[in-house]
Amino acid sequence: MTTLATTTTRIAEAAAPLDGRRPVAPLLERVRAGRQFGANVHSTLDVLWVLYDRILRITPATVDDPDRDRFLLSKGHAVAGYYAVLATKGFVPPDWLDDQGGPESRLGDHPDRTLVPGVEIGSGSLGHGLGLAVGTALGLRAQGLLEPRVYVLLGDAELDEGANHEAIAYAGAVELANLTAIVVDNSSATHGWPGGPATRFTVNGWTAATVDGRDHAALHTALTGHHGHRPHLVVAVIESE
Amino acid sequence: MRDRFIDTTTTLLAEDPRTALVLADISAEAFAPAARLHPDRVLNVGIREQLMLGVAGGLALTGLRPIVHSYAPFLVERAYEQIKLDLDHQAASAVLVSVGASYDRAAAGRTHLSPADVALLDTLSGWTVHVPGHPAEVPGLLRATVAADTSAYLRLSTLSNAHPHPGDGALVVLRDAGPGAALLVAVGPVLDAALAAAADLPVTVAYTHRPRPLDTDGVRALAGTEVILVEPYLAGTSARVVTAALADRAHRLLTLGVGREELRRYGSAEDHNRWHGLDAAGLRRSLTGFLSPALV
Repeated sequence: MTTLATTTTRIAEAAAPLDGRRPVAPLLERVRAGRQFGANVHSTLDVLWVLYDRILRITPATVDDPDRDRFLLSKGHAVAGYYAVLATKGFVPPDWLDDQGGPESRLGDHPDRTLVPGVEIGSGSLGHGLGLAVGTALGLRAQGLLEPRVYVLLGDAELDEGANHEAIAYAGAVELANLTAIVVDNSSATHGWPGGPATRFTVNGWTAATVDGRDHAALHTALTGHHGHRPHLVVAVIESE
Repeated sequence: MRDRFIDTTTTLLAEDPRTALVLADISAEAFAPAARLHPDRVLNVGIREQLMLGVAGGLALTGLRPIVHSYAPFLVERAYEQIKLDLDHQAASAVLVSVGASYDRAAAGRTHLSPADVALLDTLSGWTVHVPGHPAEVPGLLRATVAADTSAYLRLSTLSNAHPHPGDGALVVLRDAGPGAALLVAVGPVLDAALAAAADLPVTVAYTHRPRPLDTDGVRALAGTEVILVEPYLAGTSARVVTAALADRAHRLLTLGVGREELRRYGSAEDHNRWHGLDAAGLRRSLTGFLSPALV
């Protein structure tokens, strides 16, 4: 079982480079409010932090800028770490974290893009984020917006949904180079993905990197490892504890 | 109607860089010239209807105005959750344009029939639904819905009335039987059969190509105590709207349309009109049965 102490330590480590800035840990604790978090929250936190701290060209001031990078959280249940990171980066007031799911709260157990600044899609039902990401990447390309990149985060169990496979095949076929998918692989798919999730993407022409999902340097290298004319996949492997 | 849709969409793509078209192979060949001119905005995703709607949602989130097109059952029924979540829940909008209607390709069987599409979309909020009754109505409706910023569904059919009745969708009276007469509201291509059925009956006939939002002010202005709805899709689809509009009045309502039962018969669209009682003879039988107590 992941203890609270383990979690707090890991988040403190994640926030350590942030000298003088608000760390994620106390904010995640405000979201947690004494509840027991499942594996989905912890498995996603590192990649979320690397994205928002080192990769995404988006700030609270640019949430409506057409030239911003897009981050789409497809596995909407991994929301606690997402809210904590958004609060750490100033997208939402930390006060909002205290009442997640409450009658007056803007923060549900799944995120709603119309209620939370910086949230690009409302998600929760699995298998919708990748299709929306493909459409977003196509829309940017059609408008000549070639700088911004679209990142979408899924889980390995979410890949069970067939809608993902429609999007994987099409994005590869049309060489959607401004798209990066991230699959957090904590081996939670009921029937597994023999050969690893990446094989489902690379056979359709994606580039792919599979890395330790807790290794921030490796995540950064993989998340910036896209090149050429192909969509890119990062598999962030989280070993079960 | 499909030809007018293709021509108008091709023109809109050239006129307005905000428009985009998303296809799932259906009609792709007819849009090949537009695809050559606008390769970034004419997107054929292959036979992938979930992705077709997801892509439309993503395009809309970047500020484009997507037009999404396929056969009615694949566009509305197969990808219903994508319509609900990838458009509505994202506060994104699109113009959906279907062909096939209830049974345009009756010989293709149940898989290509979509009598429930309007009822299914009616579970959502804020959608405009147009059911044109003539090909000449299509260009204006398409232009108006693409120019708006809300979601709309255009349901095209091979069935058609003899004459177009364009306009914004407010009820148009085509036969006025005077004060106190029963009101028949015909939606889209069932108008001519309804006019023929009501020819010598005390029935006022009004037409609309826009069942959502239905012109309830018009219904209230024209209705006496008897109201008949004739719709070319699932019978009773608009009953709740008319009932709510007339909630403060004693009235009787007859709803005619396509039945729920799967007939498991092929034939033509005209055959199915007859089997569902939507031809002139069938409508007349229903009208006289409904009105006979009042006529005696």
